[in-house]
Amino acid sequence: MQNFANPTRFLALANALLPWVWAAALILLGLGLYGALITAPADYQQGETVRIMYVHVPAAWLSLFAYGVMAFASAIAIIFRHPLADAAAKVAAPIGAAFCFIALATGSLWGKPMWGAWWVWDARLTSMFVLMLFYLGYIAVWQAVEEWDLAASIARVVALVGAINIPIVKFSVDWWNTLHQPSSVFKMGGPAISNDMLWPLLVMGLAFNILFVALHLTALRSEIAARKLHRLHMHDVGAL
Amino acid sequence: MNAFLALIARDVKLTWRQGGGAGAALGFMLTVIGLVPLALGPDQNLLQRLAPGLLWLTLLLSVLLTADRIFQQDYEDGSLDILAMGDQPLELVALAKALAHWLTTSLPLAVLAPLLGFLLNIAPGGLWPLAAGMMLGSLALSLIAGLGGAVTVGLRRGGLLAALLILPLYVPILIFGISAATAMTGPSGAGSSLIVLAALALAALAVQPFAAAAALRAYLR
Repeated sequence: MQNFANPTRFLALANALLPWVWAAALILLGLGLYGALITAPADYQQGETVRIMYVHVPAAWLSLFAYGVMAFASAIAIIFRHPLADAAAKVAAPIGAAFCFIALATGSLWGKPMWGAWWVWDARLTSMFVLMLFYLGYIAVWQAVEEWDLAASIARVVALVGAINIPIVKFSVDWWNTLHQPSSVFKMGGPAISNDMLWPLLVMGLAFNILFVALHLTALRSEIAARKLHRLHMHDVGAL
Repeated sequence: MNAFLALIARDVKLTWRQGGGAGAALGFMLTVIGLVPLALGPDQNLLQRLAPGLLWLTLLLSVLLTADRIFQQDYEDGSLDILAMGDQPLELVALAKALAHWLTTSLPLAVLAPLLGFLLNIAPGGLWPLAAGMMLGSLALSLIAGLGGAVTVGLRRGGLLAALLILPLYVPILIFGISAATAMTGPSGAGSSLIVLAALALAALAVQPFAAAAALRAYLR
């Protein structure tokens, strides 16, 4: 892994891999959507709206996964002091925030016909909402601090403190929810999910994961290009 | 250890003599609580039901508003550079300054805030659990405010960013503070919530010095 911390070597690898990763993501996404929208049966209680699940659930998984990537990259940046790790954490945040927003928005669209309200302060919704706030705070650090090295050092601290706090928030929100709403509006579980519905969900999960890798590599590549451009500009005006 | 205590004593003294400690923050709380009946109506039953939540919210906001004082002044006049070059690790400096903030601002606020509950017709039995929760929680509030203050110390318009970073970290403290204050209606007594609040304060105590010092080092480089 240390070998690919060199931006040039990383770029060579990323350029070679990216077409394949994008192709795999799109093919799996197509397959998953076919399964989700056409072959999977409608739920006997929720009707056709259950198809929102095939986007909603993978997006929620990925929003957590992206925070994990961000925190891992920040830890690597603290331990090995490699700027590529900072860039990896930086570009993972908007992608994770986007998945988080998709999960919240599709959940809201799903909630309207099911619960009769666009938003309910259910434990899951509340935790996702706070996760979104953590993403926004992290992105705001990169926006607010102009100098790259300083922004990177601050962002590492923010990402790791957030990573410690997210499980605590999750635990306290679950606890709060059982206190306030004895019967949850959202009853998962019950009868196990049937195979016709399970395979599109898993394919969509895998597709979203590979889509994340594709988006992340592409964003990292443009981040490196942006940094190079910035240095060239600074060189032109004689700042370096 | 002496240097650590001396630093706390210095910060406490400075805050008291500048008159910017709990006094102004308490005035802020008083004003907000005064606006509540104007916004929500003077219905005594409604105010009684909302009292613990409103008091906790105003406590969070007033601690948040004082977060920039923890490091800002020392950063601007260069004292922080001298402290960083001293024998004492920067982690202990960060901890001392957060503890001074606790002693001068959060703790007095936590002691006095429940008294404002009388303005909101607080339930007679609810006063002690509210006060105990606030006192335990205030340590964590100050430590996290110290973290937010360190992360934004060198930014010209860091106030809003600090709020965006600090408030989500306050979520667990708010939840357990409220649950201690309203334990009479909950499944478990106030005791378990108070224990969790103490645990949150200890966790903040373990994380804050290292995280705040890492952020300060980035600015002092």
